[in-house]
Amino acid sequence: MNMIQAINSAHKVMMARDPDVVVFGEDVGYFGGVFRATEGLQREFGKTRCFDAPISEGGIVGTAVGMAAYGLKPVIEIQFADYIYPGYDQIVSEVARMRYRTAAEWTMPMVIRTPYGGGIFGGQTHSQSPEALFTHVAGLKVVVPSTPYDAKGLLIAAIEDPDPVVFFEPKRIYNGPFDGHHDRPVTPWAKRAEAEVPDGHYTVPLGKAQVVRQGAELTVLTYGTMVHVALAAVEENGIDAEVIDLRTLVPLDMETIEASVKKTGRCLVVQEATRTSGFASELVTLVQERCFYHLEAPVERVTGWDTPYPHAYEWAYFPGPKRLKFALEKVMAD
Amino acid sequence: MSDADPNSRRNAPALALHVPEPPYRPGDEPDFSSIVVPKAGEAPRPDTAAHPRETFPLTDHLVRVLDDEGRAVGPWDPKVDPDTLRKMLRDMVTVRVFDDRMYRAQRQGKTSFYMKCTGEEAIAVATAAAMHRDDMHFPTYRQQGLLVSRGYPLVKMMCQIYSNPGDHMKGRQLPIMYSDKEHGFFSISGNLGTQYPQAVGWAMASAIKEDSRIAMGWIGDGATAEGDFHSAMTFATVYNAPVILAVVNNQWAISSFSGIAGAERATFAARAVGYGMAGLRVDGNDALAVYAAVQWASERARSNNGPTLIEFFTYRAEGHSTSDDPTGYRPAGEAQAWPLGDPIARLKQHLVALGEWDDERHDALVKEADAEVRAAQKEAEKLGILPEQGRSNIESMFDDVYAELPWNLQEQRAACLKEAGHD
Repeated sequence: MNMIQAINSAHKVMMARDPDVVVFGEDVGYFGGVFRATEGLQREFGKTRCFDAPISEGGIVGTAVGMAAYGLKPVIEIQFADYIYPGYDQIVSEVARMRYRTAAEWTMPMVIRTPYGGGIFGGQTHSQSPEALFTHVAGLKVVVPSTPYDAKGLLIAAIEDPDPVVFFEPKRIYNGPFDGHHDRPVTPWAKRAEAEVPDGHYTVPLGKAQVVRQGAELTVLTYGTMVHVALAAVEENGIDAEVIDLRTLVPLDMETIEASVKKTGRCLVVQEATRTSGFASELVTLVQERCFYHLEAPVERVTGWDTPYPHAYEWAYFPGPKRLKFALEKVMAD
Repeated sequence: MSDADPNSRRNAPALALHVPEPPYRPGDEPDFSSIVVPKAGEAPRPDTAAHPRETFPLTDHLVRVLDDEGRAVGPWDPKVDPDTLRKMLRDMVTVRVFDDRMYRAQRQGKTSFYMKCTGEEAIAVATAAAMHRDDMHFPTYRQQGLLVSRGYPLVKMMCQIYSNPGDHMKGRQLPIMYSDKEHGFFSISGNLGTQYPQAVGWAMASAIKEDSRIAMGWIGDGATAEGDFHSAMTFATVYNAPVILAVVNNQWAISSFSGIAGAERATFAARAVGYGMAGLRVDGNDALAVYAAVQWASERARSNNGPTLIEFFTYRAEGHSTSDDPTGYRPAGEAQAWPLGDPIARLKQHLVALGEWDDERHDALVKEADAEVRAAQKEAEKLGILPEQGRSNIESMFDDVYAELPWNLQEQRAACLKEAGHD
């Protein structure tokens, strides 16, 4: 399966298992979603389980809150993460805080799925990576898968989780992994082990990172599309790095991070999002706080620039092989 | 000469920005004789299955049942039995006494904040009487009458206000932000308007599950300007959700009058028909009109005939909250000049006119309510008042952010307890 098929499969598994799972959002019903993630769900489960929504992110999240209050498990789609902001008040003020403000009298077991990230010539409003706006909100869990296998397992885990989960799907890697070399042909998922996705129910636990490459001299912390970019850069530069795919940003798998950095003594954090106050800043701080006496060099960040996501300058903006090479050299030289 | 040539506009009149102003400001003598108050009994009552457009005339009218002599007249008379009327009167009196006591408690420094609903008691109380006990409300902070009417213990309300150990929300919420699932009262949020689409979503869920329960969303006149008002109206009509959406138009949003929210050119009820929703405009100080309108809308929702917007026309007789001084923006005598009178006095007059009530019984009722509220207050204060709270059970501050406590909150809890000297 590619990542879209894996996400589609997660929906089907959970809708069949749990009659309280409802799926809605813009174009997700009859048409099956602009990225085909919900294809066939309405046909299989009927119009009251999977349906189209008006173009109103505030309304989609707001009604989902009411449904969760009733006892349903809404799995809603925001067409692009760049358009999640009209729903931000409902997400931050309502979804995230319901369990806390009512001392668990009401809870919000829901999943907010949204395609995110750049590398597709999406320009300013089809490329953003706003995860830090959500990792900063107490009460939300934030997940970013990087493979079809994880996407399905994490989405099922998110739907079954008692807390609200914002599920960012890196759309650049829906159809195949992307190593940052935009001038080379795209490889499909089909040839990869991570595309072996079981048909039935399985989960990838939230809050658990995965060491995707064992290494001894440097720890790379990353997630989403950048997992593949980082893996390629590490190989190309001949560095024996340990690459960690965080998979869940909140709650963060600090144990895995700490063990790795204490072993390697060096750390590079890689994200697509803009730099200032990005999630990388949180990771750098945590590593500095907890691994200071093991560090042999300052912790480096590779990120998008602090500008809105540009169209024509896609590859000057996107943190690709060259930016990673410079950063790897710097952190290894110190 | 091109369109872009500024010379071409030399003779055009200067454009003028209109900023609505209330008719009276502090120092003025309020005179509401210009407000059209239709006679009680005048408004027609359409079938509950009527097409939304048939309700359009009613959105610029005012459904009223009680006439000046306190008689119930016209097609909207819900013919409520005297026992129910007496219960409504009792609940309204209790709410008013409760508000006064809690306002005073705030002034005495026993808590940080309070909000009264004086003058608006009929709306929540009569609504609760007209709906089923298991219907769900998504209230604002001014529908305490729903809880009182549904028998929620006054002591529990007060414990919430005092943030004391009797508060089941563990002191996390500002006073009056009640929540009680058992009493069909959804958690109140400080963020205005958010509960409106939530009510619609709850109603959609009820329809998805082929349930028979309905939801009711509440909003004030000021908050109708929020985007959530629009999304709620859109989703409610798109999915024909079994929901009642109430706008409590009490003329004031803190210091801004309803004209700033858009009331100068159209009623709030009139917005309904533009969305394809039935709309009613109701005398909010007439408990029977409120009861009748909610009954109509409930029947409509329960029969899959769709949602209804009800504008309750009323007046916020007191300040916005304990943090507000209304003499800074409106005349002192406005509440007294308000043409729809006082909801408690009007229901009392009706019961007296029916021969089911008298001054003596009323005085006894007020005394009884006062004693009940005082006793509850005593009980609640035994469990503590706000200034005494916040020094114990600090570790509970970290619970319920998530179902399970993550490592970072475990660490922060330990640090917090150390800081507080509890380690």
